[in-house]
Amino acid sequence: MTRPDLVIVGAGPAGMAAALAARDQGVRDILLLERDQHLGGILNQCIHPGFGLHQFKQDYTGPEFADQYIREVEAAPEITVSLRTFAARFAPDKTLTCLRPGRVDAIRARAVIFATGCRERTREMIPIPGTRPAGVFPAGLAQKMMNLEGLLPGRTVVIAGSGDIGLIMARRLTLEGARVQAVIELQAESRGLARNVVQCLEDFSIPLHCRHRITRIHGQNRVEKVSVAAVDDDLRDRPGTAFDIPCDTVLISVGLIPENELLEMAGAAMDLKANTPVVRELGVTSLPGVFVAGNAGNIYDLVDSVTRDSERVGQKAEAYLRGVA
Amino acid sequence: MKPYDILIVGGGVIGTAVARELSKYKIKIALLEKEVELAFGVSKSNSGIIHPGTQTPPRSLKGRLCLAGNRLLRSWAQELGVHFKEVGELIVAFREEERAVLQRIQQDAESLGVLGLKIVDRAWLAEHEPNLNPEVKAALYAPSAGIVSPYRLVYDLAENAQQNGVDLFLQHPVSAIRPGRGYFEVVSSGSTVFRARVVINAAGLYADEVARLVGIQDIVIHPRKGEEYLLDKKRENLTRHLLFPLPTPTSKGILIIKSSDGNPIIGPTAEPAQSKEDLGTTDAGLAKILASVQKMVPTIQRRDIIAYFAGLRPVAGDDFIIRHEAALPGFINVAGIQSPGLTAAPAIALMVRDLVRTSGLTLAPKRRFQRHRKPSVHLFSRPLSSARALVRKDPAYGDIVCRCELVSAREIRDAIQRGARTLDGIKFRTRAQAGRCHGGFCTTRIMKILAEELGQPPEALTKRGPGSEIIAKSRDHDPA
Amino acid sequence: MKKRLTCIACPQSCLLEAEVEDNRVRSISGNKCPQGEIYARQEIENPLRVLTTTVRSPGLEVKLIPVRTDRPLPKHRLQEAIQAAHKIKITRPVRAGDVLADNFLSLQVKLIATRTAK
Repeated sequence: MTRPDLVIVGAGPAGMAAALAARDQGVRDILLLERDQHLGGILNQCIHPGFGLHQFKQDYTGPEFADQYIREVEAAPEITVSLRTFAARFAPDKTLTCLRPGRVDAIRARAVIFATGCRERTREMIPIPGTRPAGVFPAGLAQKMMNLEGLLPGRTVVIAGSGDIGLIMARRLTLEGARVQAVIELQAESRGLARNVVQCLEDFSIPLHCRHRITRIHGQNRVEKVSVAAVDDDLRDRPGTAFDIPCDTVLISVGLIPENELLEMAGAAMDLKANTPVVRELGVTSLPGVFVAGNAGNIYDLVDSVTRDSERVGQKAEAYLRGVA
Repeated sequence: MKPYDILIVGGGVIGTAVARELSKYKIKIALLEKEVELAFGVSKSNSGIIHPGTQTPPRSLKGRLCLAGNRLLRSWAQELGVHFKEVGELIVAFREEERAVLQRIQQDAESLGVLGLKIVDRAWLAEHEPNLNPEVKAALYAPSAGIVSPYRLVYDLAENAQQNGVDLFLQHPVSAIRPGRGYFEVVSSGSTVFRARVVINAAGLYADEVARLVGIQDIVIHPRKGEEYLLDKKRENLTRHLLFPLPTPTSKGILIIKSSDGNPIIGPTAEPAQSKEDLGTTDAGLAKILASVQKMVPTIQRRDIIAYFAGLRPVAGDDFIIRHEAALPGFINVAGIQSPGLTAAPAIALMVRDLVRTSGLTLAPKRRFQRHRKPSVHLFSRPLSSARALVRKDPAYGDIVCRCELVSAREIRDAIQRGARTLDGIKFRTRAQAGRCHGGFCTTRIMKILAEELGQPPEALTKRGPGSEIIAKSRDHDPA
Repeated sequence: MKKRLTCIACPQSCLLEAEVEDNRVRSISGNKCPQGEIYARQEIENPLRVLTTTVRSPGLEVKLIPVRTDRPLPKHRLQEAIQAAHKIKITRPVRAGDVLADNFLSLQVKLIATRTAK
């Protein structure tokens, strides 16, 4: 059993920013757990620009933004990084059970920050009826396939939802040679940033159908087409508006869900609708000495806000440790 | 020409159960499956209930086989290392006057031989099924109902059958069957010809088409579609029993099902299907299911749903059709095996064994039948304290690939070494990609392992066989 | 000729209307600040975009290195630039900020790595 002062679960921007802020406040024994084999979290696959305009007054790409933190974390003797480490269980006494290749460890921390990020809402959560062929991907998975693995998920694509990931992927797919047929959005206007609507859709003449929904996915083995219908302001299908779009791929970009299963497991008070822990102030959960930072606590639009708030959570963890020391 | 004593058509739970049973004897057996993996037909959409025998007509074949199967399955599961759990079922009544219906179901079931039935009241229900709608007045409790993983049962039956000498031929659809003198020639995959003394038709939805190949016209399969929705594993303890409403004449109704994997299942619907490939789910199906199950357990929410699918029941009249064709000695049909087919499978296998004897084939027991199979390891189904020893034995058990369902790289490799060829095959065996993120985090990693183990490039990998390739192109082959 | 466009110079997202003749902007309306005018002129007369994509990196700890151009390039040359980047292979460790091509496509822009990898 190891007993560090502070354990942070997740080494994306939130976890790294919280770790560095706690270190700056004087915490000397920080363990940063990361499931992936690299630091940086989701930023590693966000190769497009638009990060850091507030924090660094720079237009960084995701990996560049991450790099600002990675270099500092790697240079900090107070922060021990454990990669390929999966926190599988969390008990109310602040014991984390972690698996990594060749090891199972119980880690009992004096304070814990969960910076576990979020997952994508899936086709199943909307839900879109129809068959379940190959070629239906969460947009973030498609992004990972293209930007980290060099795999093109499909050649003719329809994107469900106009969140920023979906818009970014519309451009990325087009530039890599796929044809994006349309973006289908249930709301009356795009959910993404205006700059993404302009530079990702308008630049490539990709139609954005607002107040529409995919009513059905077709195809036995691989996606063959989707059926689409216009909806009224109560989101009911408008009769006579149905049409089909042929495609071999459907990307789903309909929002994100905070990942807080470990906190829930340990009995933290939860807002089950948002899947976030109930916090009485930024980052402070109902369990003493247990904090939440970044998208796990609240879905942010900008990474700059994630790191800004996570630094404050890191400081709170330090204050907690000082208070009970 | 491939000579066999017995050729089984269809690699679902019936085909594999029959194969496993017959592998106890000194005969040569081939099992042909048209899909790229076993259990990809009717069996893949099974909900895994081992029925007690409460809702089958007492004098029906399926009633008798269900009861016998429920008893047999326990020892089979143990021998195969499949997890069987006796959770019991409750058939619930909302009105006092429905008590009479419960009593009638009880009498029918008792005359069939079902044991341990009792009608329980509000107080019992409040204690033993706390999330049940308090408006439920009474329920019929059948303690012998249980759950099993339907896919793992099929895969493990097949693995044990193979251990005992059965030859497995995947992607082998049957296109012609030519009766000869005391044998059949079975043509598959274009030109491969098998020769067998006995042919067992366990082709599920396609059993009528296979029967027609030898001129049998009286079997007609009408697929009946059932949509089912899976809930998050967080809701594992939503119910303690399988929950049934009062049955209707055509179906057992829409249920709340405990599953072997932990995720509760709600459904199924029962609608005539458009075709044998009609596997789509619908807005209407979901709405109907939600309304029905919320009546039984009001805390079920739409946001609890993490996955859904539709399956087709191979309906051929009211009862199972299991018979040796006297006019065509050696041809055995096992058709129309809808619910409770999974439960009945071991008993069906014994019945088919007896029919094989009737056909004239001598069945001499093997001295070295291997009854037991080395169980697969599933991290999710054991306490984490036991993971330490596993990880010490093989570091890859600590390399978690699927975080939602806690599946390690070692388990994925193991599944592939035991026969998985596709993303769906890995999902059915291990649960990787079956959780709440739906493969969002683990798909690329699983693809890498699959590509490595099969020695294939990523663009050759499929979700469920040819035509379902996962990606369009890989940059590994870009010109330098 | 009138052209409408959404200004993305800041999050106010003004809807601009530009009077255009021979690909030259004559006048702009709808902008709430002077940035709108600069944006519209650039966007109509010579639209520029920063390219971000990946290059292959066989043998390194990651399969692909993300890259960007240090300055925006003409929008109509994006596709060509992607194709050119596809042909690049990196075999030695890189640091974020390393220049991978000095005068990429003779456009006087640099192609730079945005991730560190061994």
